[in-house]
Formats: sequence, C-alpha cells, structure tokens
Amino acid sequence: MIDRVLTVNLSDYTYEIEEREDLAEKWIGGVGAGIQLLREKIDPSTDPIGEGNVIVFSIGQFTPTYPYASKTVALFKSPLTMELGESHAGGRTAMAIASAGYLSIVIQGRSEKPVYIVVDGERVYFRDGRSLAGIRDSLILGRILAEIEGGRGIRTIIRAGYAGERLVRFACLTTETYRHFGRMGLGAVFGSKNLLAVVVRGNRTYSPKDQKLYREVYSEIYRLGVESEAMKKYHLLGTAENVLPLNELGGLPVKNLTQQRFECEEISGEKFAEENLGRRIACSHCPTACIHIAALREEYEDERYFFKTIMIGYDYELIYALGSMIGVSDRAQLLRLIHRVETYGLDAISTGVCLAWATEALKRGILSKSETLVDLDFGNAQTYLKAVDYIVQQPNEFYSALARGAEYAAREYGGKEFAMAIAKNEMPGYNTGYGNYLGLLIGLRHSHLDNGGYSLDQKAKGLTPEETVERLVKEEMWRQVLSSLVVCFFARNIFRPELVEKAFTPLGIERSQDELEKVGEKIYMEKLKLKKEMGYEPDLSQIPERVFETQTPHGKLDREFFESALSYYRKAYLSKI
Amino acid sequence: MKILRLADVEKCVGCGLCMFACSRKNVKDQRIGIGHSGIRSVSLSGFERGATVIFCHACSEPPCAEVCPSKALKPRKGGGVIYNERICLSCHNCISACKIGAIFERDDGKIAVCIHCGYCVDFCPHGVLEVVEA
Repeated sequence: MIDRVLTVNLSDYTYEIEEREDLAEKWIGGVGAGIQLLREKIDPSTDPIGEGNVIVFSIGQFTPTYPYASKTVALFKSPLTMELGESHAGGRTAMAIASAGYLSIVIQGRSEKPVYIVVDGERVYFRDGRSLAGIRDSLILGRILAEIEGGRGIRTIIRAGYAGERLVRFACLTTETYRHFGRMGLGAVFGSKNLLAVVVRGNRTYSPKDQKLYREVYSEIYRLGVESEAMKKYHLLGTAENVLPLNELGGLPVKNLTQQRFECEEISGEKFAEENLGRRIACSHCPTACIHIAALREEYEDERYFFKTIMIGYDYELIYALGSMIGVSDRAQLLRLIHRVETYGLDAISTGVCLAWATEALKRGILSKSETLVDLDFGNAQTYLKAVDYIVQQPNEFYSALARGAEYAAREYGGKEFAMAIAKNEMPGYNTGYGNYLGLLIGLRHSHLDNGGYSLDQKAKGLTPEETVERLVKEEMWRQVLSSLVVCFFARNIFRPELVEKAFTPLGIERSQDELEKVGEKIYMEKLKLKKEMGYEPDLSQIPERVFETQTPHGKLDREFFESALSYYRKAYLSKI
Repeated sequence: MKILRLADVEKCVGCGLCMFACSRKNVKDQRIGIGHSGIRSVSLSGFERGATVIFCHACSEPPCAEVCPSKALKPRKGGGVIYNERICLSCHNCISACKIGAIFERDDGKIAVCIHCGYCVDFCPHGVLEVVEA
C-alpha cells in the first residue's frame, strides 16, 4: 500500500515523512486522502495568497499499478474563488510521486526568497531560486531545471510560470511542458509562497500480493484501452473533435455568448489534425496519448527564409476560450495566442473569458481605452496578444483587477451580467443547457469535469430540476472514487465499478463496489463541508444574467428551474452537513 | 539470438509503458512501478522536441561486462549481457562504463539492464520497439 505523506514547510525549510495507512485505507488516496490532509493542515479562513495556504498533491494506489491512473490531484484554497481549490494534472507527475514513495506531498508555509524544491525519494532539497525568478517563459524555466536536475525520464518538473510569480489569480502550474494544474489559480499560490517549481524523482517499486492475477488484470485494462471503443474519441482527434458538433448544436460559446454559431471550420479538430498536428504525446502510463501538439511554422518577421517551428498543445477548451469565445477563427492566430498563454502559465479558459468580458465591456462603454490600453475587438488576435501581456504585467489598475478574474473585474467596473464566471470560476466551453450551468454552480470545483453536466445535457432531455441535481450529484460522487484512485476521467468508461473492485484484488485490498460507492459519497460530503467552512454557499446570483438570456440547445434557460434545483440541492445535500 | 531494437523511434509518445512492463516482467519478483526497468522513456529536453527510449543496444564487446568486478555481467552471445543479480555488488561501475546510459540503478541498489527478452514490445502501443534476430 502506498501510504506515506511528505510534508514540506517552506517557512523554515524543513520536512517530515509520516506513514498514513489510515488515509489510504479509509479514503483510498487521491482526492479522498487529500481532502483529509488539507482539513488537518489549513485554517479555512486563511488568505489564499498568504503564508497559511496549504497545497496537497495526491496520487492513488493504481498510479504505478495500472495504465490510465496517470493523474495527480492538487487541493488548496483558491485565490480566484476564495474557497476550496482543486485541480488535476497528468504528465509524469503522478508516476514520479509514486516512484518517490508518496501518496501525498503537502506544501505549507512561505519562503522568504524564491526557491524550488527537489524531492528525491526520502530526501528533500531546498534550492536557491533567485537567479531563476522573473523568467517570462515557463518552457525555458522547465528546460533549465531539466538540465540542472537529474532523473531524466523518471522525474516531474512542476513549475509556476511568470503569471504565477505576478500573482495572477488564475495562473496555473505546468508539468512536462504540455499538462497543467489549471483552473483556480494554483500558480498564484506557488507565487505567493515564493515557490518556483517542485521537482520530484525516485525509483521506488511496490509488490503485488497476487502476481499472476496482477498480470492478468493489467493486461485486461491495457487491452480495453487499446482495443475497445472506450478511448476512441481521445485516440483520434482528441477533445478538439467537439468543436464542430457543439457549434452545430448551438452549444459552443461565441463572442462572450452574444452569438449562437461561429465560423469554426478553420479551428475544428479535423482542420488542426490535417494541417498542424505535428506530434502526439502521452502522460506516463497512458497508451492513448491524447495530447495533440500542433506545429506552427513561421517565417521571421524581418528575415526571409529564416523559419522557426513552435510546438503548441491544443485541446477543445483552448480552442473555445481563445478561439470562439473571443471570435478568433484563424488557426495560426489562435495557436499564437495559445502559445502566449502557455508560456506565461495562465489558465487558458479564465484568460479567454476575461478577455471576452473586457471586449464586450469596452464595446458597451463600461470600459474605456484608457483602461484596456488596446482596442479589444472580437476576432482581433493581435490586440489579445497584447492584452495577455498586460494581464501578466498589470500596468494599470484595470489589468490588476482583470488579473483577479472576470467576476472581480466586473464587480469593480460593472458588466457583471455578462462576466461569464460561475461562482467566480470562468466558464468552460459548454453552453449546452441546465446540466452544464447547474453542474458548474453546485460542482465542488465549479468545473465541467466535476459532474459532466455538459454531457448530461446532450444525453438526456426533459429532466426535472430534482432529477438533474440527482444525476449530477451521483456522477460527481462516483468521480470522487476515480479521483481517489487517481484515474484519468477520459478512461472512466474503462474503470467501471466492477473493474475497480477487480483491480484492487491483486494488491491484496478488498473493496466491494458497494463500499467504493459509499466512500465516494463520503468524500463528496467531506468536500462540501470544507467548502462551506471556507464560506461557500451556492446561490443563483453566482450565475451571470447572460445565461438566462441566451439560446441553448435546450432553448432559453428558465430561472425557476434553477431555483427549484437549488432548493432541492440545499435540502437533499447541503443541509446534511 | 534475438535482440530488442528500435523499429521507429520517431513514433515514441513517451508513455513509458515499456518501463512498467520491464519492471513487471520478472516472474519471481514482479515489481509495480518503474524502478526495476532496464529501459527508460525520456523526452528530448522537453516533450516539445519529442520522446525516445534508452536501452542496451547489444554491443558486441560490452564494456559494462569488462568493468564488472564480480562477473555479474557477462557478454551474451549475439551481443549485450547476461546479468546474474545474486552476485552483483551494486558497485555501479557498469553504469559509468555504458556510454549510452543504458544501465539503471534499481530501488534496491542493484542494476537493471535490458536482456532482450522482448516483453515490453507487447506493451508498446505505437510500434516503437521490435524484437529481431541478431
């Protein structure tokens, strides 16, 4: 059983290692174990960018054991929403944490000067980061750390970018160039702790209890992954395949949701694959390799026959947020924007939604050019490139406000009714109906991945408010189990309850499906409780007015539906805490 | 004798399934993880430049065997080495002797080196590896 917890304190540069069998046994691992650790170590009222914030990285029993258990869960207090923050990333992080021998790594305190830490098995090194602070490109920081730290192939380099250093409240962390702890501003938490990066390496192995069965179950999961239809979507075009069908349905948010359809042929998954796809990359232990990397070949501005080729990761959410949401329909321009956002270490969804709000606010005269400094205009990627720089540099009060998120900026300047953040988290690319918006509001991290509301919208029609809440919450409860294992949600059709039970057996761990589901429920309630302690209460005022004015594939959304759903949710779940 | 070879290194996506397979292959002591692997999946100074795998390419005069004081590593017919783990002193002379860095330290201090069994080939999803007659 993987059950060790490493706690690193940046205030006095110390660390300790504990055996926490209780966490692994009772709470599985991942988010289940992580939420307990966060509760133990954090004061819920702490300032998210103060010394008191705590970050927990957690993996699960399946991480080194089976394919697809390639995610790491991070828990912290979000500087964007000011309540519970949760973010998941792939790359090599999970494998490296397991190889270093840990179930969880907890980071607390604040370093006086910039540092990065290296976790090498049982040793932790605090490295002077002063000469690495202020590097504006997170790819370059990654390369430097890769060169000076050993462990090629068996390490992870998790770094905050320049946006994190500048405390942009939606800065992310980047790992292995193309994967991110996105959403909710973990990059700013690193920045506030003067923590530039965490390098983790090790080569620890574990033994199965039943060797023969282990090989059998391993092969079964591997075969399901490479031979069945379960992973097909991610294996082919990747998440970008959603662009055309969602646009067709009227579910693709366009120009801050002022339009229902978009000229998106040039930025479709098909077009990216045909014209730009240059390489595929996998997270550790994943045969699907869903990471799609576009090659952008560009001539130097002022020299003929000099070319550079930049490799840029793309996904549906980036195409939505930096494409359709701000009206950019040119593929090369979109790639440049993605690259800029990537090099700074910004969350792409939040950045796009903030820019969309600012553009509309400027058009309506709520903002003036003296604030935005550039003529923000839907479709004009050049102005957006400049605005992205400003979000990070924060040359005036307006950009300082925008760097705190769309909801905050709208509260300061007006236009809250079209600042497309739900419960302060900028919305993902699904204007699909009740399931999405309700799912974002009651979802424990206000993310489409909490409960897949966008998918419910496409699968089920005519659900009552109560049924919608039930379906969303049940899905989210099961996802707590997947996030405790920690299995990639893209493989959720492989890791059905019966397979999860079976996969535990060779490890000598008995967990019935029934028991797993109960733990999922309990983790859900534990998270809800901590959210509440951090001051969160779901309320309809956390959904911008635009949501009720816009056509969706389910027609215009009725406020009363949300009211009934929320009142049911309060009665059935919130009041049970 | 068969040897493991790169079929097409450009196809490598860096998933590392070969490393997990290699650690798992020992029938007496299967290991969960990558710390017993004789093959290593790496990025080329960042995944933006792609990925590759490093393993013993079965040289005919293996320097690793020459510097092994206990004869735990012996030249193998057809290239590469045979590893007798029981008598290995964990001195790691072999690790320094291998110019391509294809010998790795295990989590128990002993070493892992590819013995060209080909078990990883079955778990390489994208045709990077193959086993051929030497």
